[in-house]
Amino acid sequence: MKSIKKFDYYVLLEKITPLIAVICGLLVGAIVIILIGENPVFVYKTLFSYAIGNRDGWGNVLFRATPLIFTGLAVAFAFRCGLFNIGGEGQVYIGSFLAAWVGFTFTNFPAFILIPLCILAAACGGALWAAVPGILKAKMGVHEVIITIMMNWIAASLSFYLALVYKAPATEAMIAAGVKQMIPHTKEIAQAARLPRLYTILNSINIDFPAHNQVNVSFFIAIGVAILAYYILWKTNLGYEIRAVGYNPLAAEYGGISVAKNIVLAMIISGAFAGLVGTNEVMGYKYRWRQEILSGLGFNGIAVALLGKNHPLGVVLAAILFGILNYGGAIVNIYTKGRIPRELIMVLQAVIVIFVVISDEVVKRLIRQRRKVV
Amino acid sequence: MFGDIFNAQFVASSIRVAIPLALAGLGGVFSERSGVINIGLEGIMLTGAFTAVAVTNFTQNPWVGVLAAIFVGILLGLIHAVTCITFKANQIVSGVAINLFASGITVFFCWLLFNETQIMAKSNLPIWGLPLPNIGEGSTFVRNIIVMFAHHSPLVYLTIVIFILAHLILFKTPFGLRLRSVGEYPQAADTMGVNIIKMRYMAVMTSGALAGLAGSFLSLEQAHFFVKEMSGGRGFIALAAMIFGKWTPLGTAGAALLFGVGEALAMRLQGVLVIPVQFINMIPYLLAIFVLVSAIGRATPPAADGIPYEKEIG
Repeated sequence: MKSIKKFDYYVLLEKITPLIAVICGLLVGAIVIILIGENPVFVYKTLFSYAIGNRDGWGNVLFRATPLIFTGLAVAFAFRCGLFNIGGEGQVYIGSFLAAWVGFTFTNFPAFILIPLCILAAACGGALWAAVPGILKAKMGVHEVIITIMMNWIAASLSFYLALVYKAPATEAMIAAGVKQMIPHTKEIAQAARLPRLYTILNSINIDFPAHNQVNVSFFIAIGVAILAYYILWKTNLGYEIRAVGYNPLAAEYGGISVAKNIVLAMIISGAFAGLVGTNEVMGYKYRWRQEILSGLGFNGIAVALLGKNHPLGVVLAAILFGILNYGGAIVNIYTKGRIPRELIMVLQAVIVIFVVISDEVVKRLIRQRRKVV
Repeated sequence: MFGDIFNAQFVASSIRVAIPLALAGLGGVFSERSGVINIGLEGIMLTGAFTAVAVTNFTQNPWVGVLAAIFVGILLGLIHAVTCITFKANQIVSGVAINLFASGITVFFCWLLFNETQIMAKSNLPIWGLPLPNIGEGSTFVRNIIVMFAHHSPLVYLTIVIFILAHLILFKTPFGLRLRSVGEYPQAADTMGVNIIKMRYMAVMTSGALAGLAGSFLSLEQAHFFVKEMSGGRGFIALAAMIFGKWTPLGTAGAALLFGVGEALAMRLQGVLVIPVQFINMIPYLLAIFVLVSAIGRATPPAADGIPYEKEIG
């Protein structure tokens, strides 16, 4: 009996490794905060109380979590097929740009056509960009890691160029002040292409919610995509094949599964998830394409996927945690008048990732030893 | 127009651009020859670039800055080694984490120490070599030779020495043989009494040192400033150079020079051609993809590359 109990204890431990990693990460963060002469208790108290202490905070957290759910799912989905899609950044650029392009080009379409069309464009842009490394990997065996990174830089240049081509005309106020647009952004998308903010819905059912809060319907799209990812991976033949290739490509091939086909499909679906970030950033927030608002999402998606153990539910939870850290970090930055740079949060996230992979390995080894003893 | 682009200055700038790629690529060679993939080179370069400028500005001595960049590179290499070798964690994930960490920590300290995200280097290494004759004095040929090969940062000459040494160490010494055997067939090397763990630690820390040095060249000698995310994918282009160079020092140097020519050409073409600058900026990255695709079938990685070593017991 005793040995069985111990065994369960280790399985439980395996489930909560992300939690251990988060605590270790916060401890390292506390040490850094002490080193720069601030009080970690005060910093963390400020961070969490502003992020999750009231509705406005929660709204901001979910708004920041939304794009991370998309990019986290993208990384997790590809990882299930044994692929490292670290090109989320580029897929986000192209997907969001295409969504914006559809939004400001077909301005006379009604909302019930234009909104789905924009969402589709976002997914297609990301899918297209991810298909290139997928095909190169499947057909020629080129490792996807370097190609996806190179595609990020190409996407950054390409979308920057396109933003110049479709540049918004200077406003009269800008011409009068003689200001030049430093960061080019595109024209605004049509009213019919915009996703409603959550406050409009919440206020209509008499729930008090501040109108300046940017959380929008895109959050529900993200949740929907998480469910879709779960459904594809565990309830369809395609998902079974993708996971089989991820576990053991040789065995999958022997079992009659086309490794090449599934690699390409997994990358395309993964890229489509990343591209959907455009629904939040373009359709729900800025209503135009602008480069600076997107940076870092692809890479943070990797951290989110790892912390969420490459499971859709885990990804959603991890994205919300990162949303709390990002928003709370920004608040702390303001409250300490910049004495604690918000990049502390990036450092924290990287430390959490390292602890996740280490604690995963350690627990796996403990379980293996346990099994041998039992 | 042709002569405007392809002249002695062009060769010199190709060499300068190639230096960080070559050094980081050589780091990749050491690491992967021992069986550890290190995509953290990008982040180590970035941290090295920051450290070099920051320490130079505090000490007023660029040499101390370069040494500090190497030291920080070794430290980050050590983190990668502990994660991948001791804890046998996924090597790509660890590398990604190092890149994330580098992006954050450099800007974090930029704000903390300098209160801005771009810092100028207050001092640079002296130019070593022959003095440049004025235009019109002496022969153009001699002047061109000096511009191309004898009027550079000391780190350029150091890089050449490092590459010759690396080639000799890897292929002409017992140490190099052991290192390569660890990456090809660790079980056999272990049987012969080679300490796998120690060899891999040394290789990964060496790769960190080289990437840190590469970063210091990037900020101190090439740009004369540090700005966030300035490594701009060079760590990954360096890995492409390593693959194209078939995991050998000299091959990597050649491939890095090829990329150097590509990037120098991209810089030259700005303003000359009517192509938008954004497309010219894509050249190095497109070149890397092209090179990787064309290396397929010709370049085989070390057999145990990326696989943690598990000692067989009993």
